[in-house]
Amino acid sequence: MIGTALTDLAHGFGVALQPTNFLACFVGVLLGNIVGVLPGMGVMAAISILLPLTFAMPPVAAILMLSGIFYGAQYGGAICSILLNLPCHPPHAVTCLDGYPLTQQGKGGTALGITMLGGFFGASFGIVMMIFFAPLLVRAALKFGPADVCSLMLLGLLAGSTLARGSAMKGIAMTTLGLLLGIFGTDVTSGYERFTFGLPELADGVEIVALALGLFGIAEFLKSVNKVEPLRGGASVRLRDMRPSREDLKRSAMPILRGTLIGSLCSLIPGTGPTIASFVAYAAEKKISRTPERFGRGAIEGVAAPETATHSSVQGDFIPTMSLGIPGDAVMALLLAALTIQGITPGPLLISQHPDIFWGLIASFWVGNILLMGLNIPLIGIWVKLLTIPYRYLYPSALFFVCIGVYSTSSSLFQVGETLVIGIFGYLLLILGFHPAPILLGFVLGPRFEENFRRAMLLSQGDLTVFVERPISAAFLAVAAILILGQLYVRWRRRGALVPDGPVVMEG
Amino acid sequence: MLHSLQQHRERYAGVLIALIGLGAIAESATYGLGTLAAIGPGAFPLAMGVILVVCGLGIGLSEAQTTDAHDHDRVDLSRPEWRGWGCIIGGMLAFLLLARTVGLFPATFACVFTAAMGDRTTTLPGACILATVIAAFGCALFYYGLHIQLPPFVWGMS
Repeated sequence: MIGTALTDLAHGFGVALQPTNFLACFVGVLLGNIVGVLPGMGVMAAISILLPLTFAMPPVAAILMLSGIFYGAQYGGAICSILLNLPCHPPHAVTCLDGYPLTQQGKGGTALGITMLGGFFGASFGIVMMIFFAPLLVRAALKFGPADVCSLMLLGLLAGSTLARGSAMKGIAMTTLGLLLGIFGTDVTSGYERFTFGLPELADGVEIVALALGLFGIAEFLKSVNKVEPLRGGASVRLRDMRPSREDLKRSAMPILRGTLIGSLCSLIPGTGPTIASFVAYAAEKKISRTPERFGRGAIEGVAAPETATHSSVQGDFIPTMSLGIPGDAVMALLLAALTIQGITPGPLLISQHPDIFWGLIASFWVGNILLMGLNIPLIGIWVKLLTIPYRYLYPSALFFVCIGVYSTSSSLFQVGETLVIGIFGYLLLILGFHPAPILLGFVLGPRFEENFRRAMLLSQGDLTVFVERPISAAFLAVAAILILGQLYVRWRRRGALVPDGPVVMEG
Repeated sequence: MLHSLQQHRERYAGVLIALIGLGAIAESATYGLGTLAAIGPGAFPLAMGVILVVCGLGIGLSEAQTTDAHDHDRVDLSRPEWRGWGCIIGGMLAFLLLARTVGLFPATFACVFTAAMGDRTTTLPGACILATVIAAFGCALFYYGLHIQLPPFVWGMS
């Protein structure tokens, strides 16, 4: 078992180190890092803007580049959060709490150094976990019938929409909206055109790139225009500032370990992405710490734990995404869609049918994370300069990349208009206090959920009890019920006891 | 209107979601529901519509909880950015209208220039330079590099 995993991994390194693939990974990490550092540009914006660049590439190189963009942008986002107090990606929201005070005390470099170490450690653990868990999960997944897949998706959707930030009701509304948007276009089972409003361009459904760029590009520009303050000096970080002192290392060692554990545990539950992992890790550190009053004023533990948890949970999230085809959060949903565009269906058969992609991807994670370290240490000065680019230059340029990117997905200007409409609608959602990320999760799962539900009903001849009679499906539904009841209990207890100081996981 | 939107955020949010739900129900009712054993194309969107309506009602009636302190990424509407909004939307429309008719270069220039004017601190020359640089870079990368089917300039009437 371990032996085969190691041979497969060796094969993976062979794939990842092929010149084209290595170059794709390198370019991905570099571009992702650059875009991620830019203030006001999050991971989602980075991936969706750069996604069209990969359409012309072979599948392996494309997915390697995209995952490179992803963790490059994630690390870039950490820089932006720590030095500017500007979280562009939800998991970094807690990093700001202690990262920015550290910057104000002139220890921003140390915080970045610890982030890098912790991130690498967490990611490595997540990768090892992926190597051993994914094949096991695949073996189980091959036994899944349509009813089981349905229940699993339901669990993932419920977790993804209720555990995320904001009110659970709004999360469910966003997920449902995503599911609905996902079935726009021609119905695969009956050939019926749904919600096309007479527009032939909508017969193939809503374009995922248009949806992602609208929600995470245009809507963000509309929200941030004239609102992003330029950097007010003070955040100069040099190479030697990044080396953490022995004291800092000693302080961060345990939080990094705990963060890794929390992150990987969170990634095992479908639908709980890095955001929850980072919040839980921060809350746990604060609770364990003998000096909780230091948190929020520049405690290095408050940077180490959540950043490590984010990275380890992100790697862990690739497990259900690749082996079951069920993404844990919006980022994974987008990567999944990118694979589908390349003609590859993630799912239990991915590992056996496309071992190059699966093992190459795993190996490239390590290659990419090492590249990230190699890039960030010498380039930190440039990143800090990038932070000072005023927003007035950034968003008009990004707007062009949105236009051309969405045009290139199908050489159609209709998509540009579609993106604009989605963007304005997305901004309205932001104003009304919705978090649009679950829309993407629902969007990707919508058609598959419907298809599996129909198939399950066809097989059981319309008998709904099939969902509780099949043990696998019943188990997923039970977990979903526990999840919902547990949340209701926590809410009820908190209201009864009136303690506002509980962990900030639910309302984040 | 914007003020009222901020004051009664949850109510508007609930109404919006419920209206989308009602729309989905109305539209999917025409698609055919089928039976449980052979589910028609209308059943799934109908179910989504019902969930949306229920959520919409739930959100709309939860007015009491809106003032929670953790809501740090609440959109601030006290200073409406009509100029910024107009310029971003206008820039995108400019690209949409000009890309096929006059070419990628002028479309990009118009798009970036219009959008740049949305920022209060942008100067006219600054916007011009930015738009020219991005247009030149964009044409080089996307037309000559990635072979996108949008020529930099469209000459004559087509």
